[in-house]
Amino acid sequence: MYKARLWSVKQSRLLEAFYNRFELVIVRLHPLWNLIGYQRLEKPFAVTEKVVKGFMFDCQMCGQCALSSTGMSCPMNCPKTLRNGPCGGVRSNGNCEIKPDMACVWVKAWEGSARMKADNVHVVQFAVDQQLKGRSSWLAVAREKNNTAGNG
Amino acid sequence: MEQRNVDLSPAELLPILPGHSSPGRFERVLRAGKFAVTTELAPPDSADPSQVYERASVFEGYVDAINATDGSGAHCHMSSVAVCGLLTRAGYSPIMQISCRDKNRIAIQGDILGASAMGVANILCLTGDGVESGDHPQAKSVFDLDCMSLLQIGRKMRDESKFESGRKLDHAPSVFLGAAANPFAPPYEFRADRLAKKVAAGAQFIQTQYCYDIDLLKSYMQRVRDLGLDEKVFILVGVGPLASAKTAEWIRKNVPGVHIPDAVIKRLAGATDQKAEGVQLCIDMIQQASEIAGVSGCHIMAYRQEHAVPEIVERSGILSRRNSRQPPVN
Repeated sequence: MYKARLWSVKQSRLLEAFYNRFELVIVRLHPLWNLIGYQRLEKPFAVTEKVVKGFMFDCQMCGQCALSSTGMSCPMNCPKTLRNGPCGGVRSNGNCEIKPDMACVWVKAWEGSARMKADNVHVVQFAVDQQLKGRSSWLAVAREKNNTAGNG
Repeated sequence: MEQRNVDLSPAELLPILPGHSSPGRFERVLRAGKFAVTTELAPPDSADPSQVYERASVFEGYVDAINATDGSGAHCHMSSVAVCGLLTRAGYSPIMQISCRDKNRIAIQGDILGASAMGVANILCLTGDGVESGDHPQAKSVFDLDCMSLLQIGRKMRDESKFESGRKLDHAPSVFLGAAANPFAPPYEFRADRLAKKVAAGAQFIQTQYCYDIDLLKSYMQRVRDLGLDEKVFILVGVGPLASAKTAEWIRKNVPGVHIPDAVIKRLAGATDQKAEGVQLCIDMIQQASEIAGVSGCHIMAYRQEHAVPEIVERSGILSRRNSRQPPVN
């Protein structure tokens, strides 16, 4: 929802704090996810994620969530799906070149990032992996963080 | 089998100097500290190579490199890789533009190899305009990559001799990598930060969007210098002659990302010869931009006024100043 999306960017600092705690819990519950089986959890997680993040951010389920690096403004709503925007076409009122009635996703992203603690917006994000489309990025984080912790 | 008699080096390439990325003249000019001049060739809607050569010949002796646009404004024309292939055969120094709108990473990496094989030494990595603004709005836009990822891939191919997938290349493409920047669109305060990301991704030179607002450029360059980016990347300021006040108004309304202040339109409207005033305005802009610290050159985009480029270069005094300078001591 467009209005909810704009609200989320305004609350980027709050959502960042919330997400950091949420991520901690999800990562700690790794043994439980392992017990049930990541494969089996994929669908219910993805559905939940789609509903919650869909409402709050107009999430497009790219499967590799970058909200923490984009000021809580989902980059997949950019018509060019830029992961490192904004492009040069932003209108003088800050709206999108392609959708003139929509605020540029990346103008919002930089605004949202300015309110956040982490400074990830300055880090270059590589192009999305199309194989991950539709998958849960929460589960991916839980798995990834535990794997790197185990290896490190 | 009998070896066919093929000239394997159609392009006039130079040895790669230490610390350089490419065998091209353009990189040499910039690294020698000279004020570089580039321009843009509008690819023909034609299968006739002579049209490419006709268009390029206008610029001969006045520019260091010629950009070949890649479906600019989302309009269909001869491909940039083909235009560049033709240009290198005739000894020109092209900058191949790659837009992420029409091709995915598989096609683009193939183009980079092919272009380098044909002697293309410079690549400009662009995201590209949306298909909505072009002559085929019903097309599917690709955007598999954005310009940052494209820069990273180009750098990986060149420096690590690998495809994005990690698969090894037999021969890496020696290319000088560039990107675009638009200091004249919001969010102004973050534009230099975005440039920093492009530099981190691999940009070695930058060509900006049309500059008609020198104050905005000055404040942008201040921030660029504060971030130390002028030490890491060569910035060429985009300029171009406006044909009339009416054209300027039209561009302002219809071309995304071009900012033309009211004062410019007023100046054009008040002139007896608007076209001549447009050329003068472009010359003024080059001269003012060249005085800003951190500006390494200008990029003249004279769409449908290509014939004016030699006059603009000549009257701006860039080349005469450049040639009268002492040669750099190596």
